[in-house]
Amino acid sequence: MTTTPPDTTPDTTPSLAEVAEIIVSALNLEMSPAEIEPDASLFGEGLGLDSIDILEIALVISKRYGIQLRADSEDNTSIFSSLRSLTNYIASQKAA
Amino acid sequence: MSLSTQPLTDHPTPDSVVAWQPDGPVSRDRFLADVSHLAGLLPAGGHILNICQNRYHFLVGLGAAIVSGRVSLLPSTLTPEAITRLRSETPDLFCLHDGHPDAIALPGLAFPPPLPLTGRNLPVPEIPVDQVVAHVYTSGSTGIPLTHHKTWGALVTNALSEAERLGARGHALVGTVPPQHMYGFESTVLISLHGGAAAWSGRPFYPADITVALAAVPPPRALVTTPFHLRTLLDAGVEVPPMDFILSATAPLSEELAARAESTLGAPLHEIYGCTETGQLASRRSTATRAWHLLGEVRLSPAGDGHVASGGHVEGIVPINDVVELTDERHFLLHGRNADLVNIAGKRTSLAWLNQQLAGLPGVRDGVFFMPDEEPDDHVTRLCACVVAPDHTARSLLNALRTRIDPVFLPRPLIFTDTLPRNAASKLPRASLLALLPRKDKAGE
Repeated sequence: MTTTPPDTTPDTTPSLAEVAEIIVSALNLEMSPAEIEPDASLFGEGLGLDSIDILEIALVISKRYGIQLRADSEDNTSIFSSLRSLTNYIASQKAA
Repeated sequence: MSLSTQPLTDHPTPDSVVAWQPDGPVSRDRFLADVSHLAGLLPAGGHILNICQNRYHFLVGLGAAIVSGRVSLLPSTLTPEAITRLRSETPDLFCLHDGHPDAIALPGLAFPPPLPLTGRNLPVPEIPVDQVVAHVYTSGSTGIPLTHHKTWGALVTNALSEAERLGARGHALVGTVPPQHMYGFESTVLISLHGGAAAWSGRPFYPADITVALAAVPPPRALVTTPFHLRTLLDAGVEVPPMDFILSATAPLSEELAARAESTLGAPLHEIYGCTETGQLASRRSTATRAWHLLGEVRLSPAGDGHVASGGHVEGIVPINDVVELTDERHFLLHGRNADLVNIAGKRTSLAWLNQQLAGLPGVRDGVFFMPDEEPDDHVTRLCACVVAPDHTARSLLNALRTRIDPVFLPRPLIFTDTLPRNAASKLPRASLLALLPRKDKAGE
């Protein structure tokens, strides 16, 4: 089975791998980007990130993609619940 | 003997603005009505863990606790073990929350929806100055947790000293720090009760959220933040609404960041120095001087190997955990911290306590936490740990540690070895520990 490329412009939609690479390099994590599971929690018992990490990553993302992250509720960190949610958020902001 | 009191708030008129919400200002009358309403709903327990995320909800929860003679607990972390300890100290403890109970194992009360405001010119309750209104906690330099009692009179003096130094009266304050942390408690919550300021109800997180929050309150306004949040705000390159001052605490700010903040944001930057035991002690205008100027009537004096604080709002004579040098009666320089203490993102603990937690985990034969060299440029430096625990994986060990210590202290990296590099005296030389760290690829960054 062949994988179909996503139906969006490569310029605007980051891949999971690309965002995983940003997380690993922004935080100097001792792991390879491929080890971040797309749907696993980035917090707590998942990758163990906290709000300090999130602001560091948010800064790199804002520079790379030209978007400013916003907390849409009192839960500041829901965008970062998983690698996939973060990637989808970037894509939605790029499209907006 | 006369029983001395201080009002719940010194905001002078029923229409004075105590706080700001997205739908506008909160008047003193509105605040007092909300306090009275909530006080009537509180369960019987005399101790309250107020974990409200919304700063106005926290303020009302604090007010309701004070007027009903209850004590608000302000622990530095909410790990399961910390909650267990609080419960054993104060068995009647309950939790006030606003929709984020965070799996706290305590009886809970959700912050109630507001009632329509009916009364006018509500009386401001008078509170005895010797009433204990808060408990704050430190890990103690020996690793034994300590509880500190804060009286209403001391907290009022603390807030007034800070407000006077900053000229904060009449300012709207946007805080990026939580109301439960000592710095946020003093500089956004107490100063809105005594000191004439008015806190924004939210706690903006991302740089763009901070700009929106500042724009939502009228000038004069100020930003209450940390070196880390300030750096990310400046680095984000967003347009920040003008403000009248910036306040930073929890870690010393680099001179470079202080200068950049003042030139980019067009406002004076003040740093506050203090600790949980004493509250705020001093401030400085960081671009003008490295010397800290003591607040109000607070004094510092040499004692033994170090210094003690006393006077003003400081209750008793309290040893200072940092290395200070008095330059005159009212000023001092800060030369670093006691080597055993760590402070990460404003949370403080001791290596002795962390090592006890690590050694107490099943399957850990030996282990030690240590602090690597400081990261430059106002980045947050993380702890490292080295362990001998052959039956653990990194994940199983971190999960076990997470129930005991605040996540901000979790080690990065966590290094597994067969033995710790103890010397002949069974000590662990810092150089040997640092040698265990993986080399950074990006030297000089």
